[in-house]
Amino acid sequence: MNAAIELRAVTKRFGATAAVDGVSLTVRAGEFLTLLGPSGCGKTTLLRLIAGFETPDTGVVLFGGEDVTHEPPQRRNVNQVFQSYALFPHLSVRENIAFGLRMQRIPAGAMAARVAEAVALVALGGLEARMPHQLSGGQRQRVALARALAPQPAVLLLDEPLSALDAKLRHGMQLELKRLQRQLGTTFIFVTHDQEEALTMSDRIALIHEGRVEQVGEVHEIYHRPATAFAAEFLGQANLLEAELIESAGGSVRVRMARGPILRLPREAWPAGETRALLSVRPEKVHVSKTLLTGENTFEARVEEEVFKGATDRLVVTASTGVRLTAIAANESAWVEPIHEGDRVWCALHADDLVVVRQSGNSA
Amino acid sequence: MLGWLALFVIAPTAILLVYSFCDRDELGRIVFSFTLDNYRRVLDPIYLRIFLRSIGYAALTTGLCVVIGYPAAYCIGRARESVRQRLLLLVMVPFWTSFLIRTYAWITILKQEGLLNSMLQALAVTAAPLDLLYTPFAVVVGLVYAYLPFMILPIYGSVEKLDGALIEAAHDLGAGPLRVFSSVIIPLTLPGVAAGTLLVFVPAIGMFAVTDLLGGARVPLIGNVIQNQFLQARDWPFGAALGVVFLLLFAAAYWLLQRRAGRGWEGVA
Repeated sequence: MNAAIELRAVTKRFGATAAVDGVSLTVRAGEFLTLLGPSGCGKTTLLRLIAGFETPDTGVVLFGGEDVTHEPPQRRNVNQVFQSYALFPHLSVRENIAFGLRMQRIPAGAMAARVAEAVALVALGGLEARMPHQLSGGQRQRVALARALAPQPAVLLLDEPLSALDAKLRHGMQLELKRLQRQLGTTFIFVTHDQEEALTMSDRIALIHEGRVEQVGEVHEIYHRPATAFAAEFLGQANLLEAELIESAGGSVRVRMARGPILRLPREAWPAGETRALLSVRPEKVHVSKTLLTGENTFEARVEEEVFKGATDRLVVTASTGVRLTAIAANESAWVEPIHEGDRVWCALHADDLVVVRQSGNSA
Repeated sequence: MLGWLALFVIAPTAILLVYSFCDRDELGRIVFSFTLDNYRRVLDPIYLRIFLRSIGYAALTTGLCVVIGYPAAYCIGRARESVRQRLLLLVMVPFWTSFLIRTYAWITILKQEGLLNSMLQALAVTAAPLDLLYTPFAVVVGLVYAYLPFMILPIYGSVEKLDGALIEAAHDLGAGPLRVFSSVIIPLTLPGVAAGTLLVFVPAIGMFAVTDLLGGARVPLIGNVIQNQFLQARDWPFGAALGVVFLLLFAAAYWLLQRRAGRGWEGVA
């Protein structure tokens, strides 16, 4: 796979704090990569290092294998959609979109065609002569997008561009952005703190935590196989359980959960040489049944709490051994007998859904 | 507010207007009659020349204030918050002293054995002292000095409001520093320049203290002529007529500039 952008051991400090701390990251050509993390985690600084608004203290930024670490933004073949949109208030929609093309000294005829193309791409037809202050938030967002795409950059950077839109508009734009990215084949690097947004749009997600890359991976991988406790809890929900190795035999290991049942895991899932580890289980992977379940990785429990959410039921169950787990059960059909608080139930966990995660903070 | 306006703005202007159509007796007392003689005298080529000269001086002053004031205002507006407050204070400090005293200070700087000449001679730039005081040069220096803060402050206001993301966006789209300046920064700070121009140009036309003190009455501007009619010549009706014409020119200039400034964009975020 072609690397559009590569960061090698990039560090950027502001005063005493490292906003970006030794990050190495490869962005593949043509992918939709999301930098996901809580506010203040350094994801925006990472984007600004790629755009060229910041220069790293140490480390190298490569575009297509070429070192651009000290190139100013105007010499980098990337364009950004700003969180505030940053439309030029004194220029019309058309002039805003043409700005980048003007800088490339595109002849007038070709420029008009390219502007029209960009306008059509974001469905802004008829608004070309408007000034930014005459547009709605959603329309401004589209102008910002068209302006950044018109010069046909190799990589488009998007800094939380949807955060100012209302929920309905935001969901529409998420799908539209993804479609646009597929259609154009341009590499998108999208910054957000919204995990659902990241899952909806991305091919891959880079989870950023305290200036470091916590985990990079395809959306399925990063959701189903979180590497750290932070990854498990930030992207979706997770039950985090301490486990202790009690027996290692053949292709599997047996572990005891703290105040919990004994579970069997494939040997390769357990970190070699460790006697203790943290296990993560997604709530929807905890199967709860009112009928008796027997066999490996099943245990009896009591329903402590039940919240009916329409499509799903959110349950808190306590195993007879004392451990508490959150479970999410699909409400499959009306004639299945519902689960109530106080019910006696049996839980089953699939060995593949038990993921050993590292404690965060020592991930590097 | 309205009463205040009526008392201190409308009433004096009305008196001026009435006087401008009056006559005077040998002792300079107002004789209430109706005559257009005063306005006829305003059209005298002498006064027309002085008018034009005043406009020229004011325009030069405004131009120099823009050239000196814009970079200063830009640096202040882009400086860090703590530094910015201190720099702004420096712009305002001169207002703590009387304007006349500060203008007198320029006399001690510009006179033959003054600060500037001694420095130039000490540095062997010139052999003999230069004639600086009581020249058009001194008048322009005095005018620029007097009005520079009125240019810096409104430009600073628009620079400070300028969103840094717009500058980044322009760089991001391929603009070098010069293009960013000409296509983004200048257009977006133009309202400040327009306001500053108004605040400098209009009062600079009528200024008489600077020309009196630093020009030594060798370069009379319209302000001096009007002042003379009231204080020396005791020809109040003619002074009033000059004042009224002057006022109308101000109003016209103001209206034109306001219209230009307002025609830009609205709702700048």
